[in-house]
Amino acid sequence: MTDLETPTDLKDERLIGRQGLRGAAEGLLDRVRGGDLGVLPVVIGLIVIWSVFQALNPIFLSSVNLVNLTLECAPVGIIALGVVVVLLVGQIDLSVGSVSGLTSAVMAVFFVDRRLPVWLAILAAIVIGCAIGWVYGQIFNRFGVPSFVITMAGLLGLLGVQLWMLGAKGSINLPFDSGLVAFAQLAFVPVWLSYVFVVVAAAGLFASGYAHARRRRKASLSAVSTQLLVARSVLVLIGLGVVVWYLNQTRGVGWMFVLFLALVLVMHYVLGRTKFGKSIYAVGGNAEAARRAGINVRAVYTSAFVLCTTLAAVGGVLAAARLAAVNQSSGGGDVNLNAIAAAVIGGTSLFGGRGTAFAALLGIVVIQSISSGLTLLNLDSSFRFMVTGAVLLLAVAVDSVARRSRVSHGRA
Amino acid sequence: MPILSLSGITKTFGAVAALTGIDLDVEAGEVVAIVGDNGAGKSTLVKILSGVHAADSGTITFEGGQAHIATPADAHRLGIATVFQDLALCENLNVIENLFLGQELRALRLDDVAMEVRSWELLRQLSAKIPSVRTPVASLSGGQRQTVAIARSLLADPKVVILDEPTAALGVAQTAEVLNLIERLRDRGLGVIMISHNMADVKAVADKVAVLRLGRNNGTFAVGEVSQEDIIAAITGATDNVVTRRAQSQERLRQ
Ligand SMILES: Nc1ncnc2c1ncn2[C@@H]1O[C@H](COP(=O)(O)OP(=O)(O)OP(=O)(O)O)[C@@H](O)[C@H]1O
Ligand SMILES: [Mg+2]
Repeated sequence: MTDLETPTDLKDERLIGRQGLRGAAEGLLDRVRGGDLGVLPVVIGLIVIWSVFQALNPIFLSSVNLVNLTLECAPVGIIALGVVVVLLVGQIDLSVGSVSGLTSAVMAVFFVDRRLPVWLAILAAIVIGCAIGWVYGQIFNRFGVPSFVITMAGLLGLLGVQLWMLGAKGSINLPFDSGLVAFAQLAFVPVWLSYVFVVVAAAGLFASGYAHARRRRKASLSAVSTQLLVARSVLVLIGLGVVVWYLNQTRGVGWMFVLFLALVLVMHYVLGRTKFGKSIYAVGGNAEAARRAGINVRAVYTSAFVLCTTLAAVGGVLAAARLAAVNQSSGGGDVNLNAIAAAVIGGTSLFGGRGTAFAALLGIVVIQSISSGLTLLNLDSSFRFMVTGAVLLLAVAVDSVARRSRVSHGRA
Repeated sequence: MPILSLSGITKTFGAVAALTGIDLDVEAGEVVAIVGDNGAGKSTLVKILSGVHAADSGTITFEGGQAHIATPADAHRLGIATVFQDLALCENLNVIENLFLGQELRALRLDDVAMEVRSWELLRQLSAKIPSVRTPVASLSGGQRQTVAIARSLLADPKVVILDEPTAALGVAQTAEVLNLIERLRDRGLGVIMISHNMADVKAVADKVAVLRLGRNNGTFAVGEVSQEDIIAAITGATDNVVTRRAQSQERLRQ
């Protein structure tokens, strides 16, 4: 009865067999119907937003503007990456803006006022960011205070510390000739290297996919066909190639954006392919079950808070470098809102346990697109707030509807 | 010498004395059934053994040495694996991720192929009817989830396996497989604690029946030497109880 041909994981006769490119497309459609939307809503949203702004102002999709967009994305995107981690464990950090502001102030004071080497100043900022998250984690674990209250207190308190540190003059300019400012404003990947990155990405994707498929076949499990792997890699090669070529028409790909992408990829690996990542999802899905499985739930919460505030510190330093200054409004205004909104818009569930690192990338691109488009239309921040608010509400609504659909399709 | 031995275990929840002075011995290669009415304290005892709750007083001896089971990780380390009544699975994770939760292979570069192969092995052993191990547990039926929870307890080569109502949601074939499994575990020299409301299952696989009543020991019987009526009497606390009265009235109706 047992046939040797069928892979172990496809033996159940209730499984609907799907093969090749067409089968892959059908499977995707099924998942979407079941409320497993993944990145689909945000990609559609992005297409709509870009079409509308391009129609209203043809400069929007110009190479110059898109290069600017990538640079604008990086600092807040890195902060959003941390927010994704905290949301995955089912908590929230409302203070990421204040953390980024305070840590950038720390960096500026050490670097400019105290004349310490820049790397030491940056290190100090990151250590302080790390410490703030650790304190959040301790308060959360020991006293059980809801994270939104702890971090709301942090939002106010840390802003106070930032204002106090900056003192009466209220702002510190970073010297233009420092490596940090140059990195954020002027450092672009050489053209040839940018294409090397593209080829490496596509080849790496194929190589890892192929090796994985081979190991699965050897273990008589089903595996993605080589044809599909090639198709995927070629798509990535063309897609990334076109983007990079277009950005290279003007200034090109900023190193700061590359740093952001690298952090997203590292986080993607950590969340998806390590034991620690699985424990993050487990704690967000069912903390008691995670505890009974022997996971140190408190440590997971603490590391999520620490990762979030540390990334907020990195984002804060980069934002300061891009502005070449730290002032009283660093990390204020819409930084907080944008970072959290980006994570949610990108598809991280507010209910915990669902989302990927790419949510930060997609979400921040949506938000910065709106911001950049409205700026090009000479609409001020009042409109930006209104539109971003509406998009955030839409994203959360999509999340909630998808969650309901998942429950009814058994994918909750 | 018993592999696991409890003495004087006491646990209170606020004003409720859930367990009072519980003694229990489990030998290696022995199946001990714990029976008792709803709320008798069976699950509480299981949770103390698996490190979910801490006992207020009493001692646990494991393999001859005194054991401190303060956290679930302590229980795992000793080699006590538990299937909880509420299963304790993560709905957002798939079957493989749930099976290997907390004991993944290769922490820094998960070996998902090996984990999937092992998952299928375990599930086949239990005659599991699970179409795909890559779907989230949320999409499984109650019995399929129970099978996953049971499979998980076998993963790390435990010395004592505790099953809290393992067959409550299972179909006929799967129940038989679990009973077979319990016998296999016993033959391999593991200690098994099984909680069940089904007297037929208890009589089929258990060597010893320990009765809990209102949080206290109410007798320990060797299965071969005790009738079902005696066990029920111990569970309900009287020979004249709702079960015997019902049996008598049925008898009278038939006459
Ligand atoms: N976490 C808790 N907090 C407070 N009381 C509890 C808790 N867990 C159990 N109890 C109480 O302890 C007593 C024993 O509960 P337990 O779950 O051990 O019963 P059980 O024997 O497993 O019953 P069942 O057959 O219904 O599963 C009950 O009175 C219950 O209300
Ligand atoms: Mg119970």
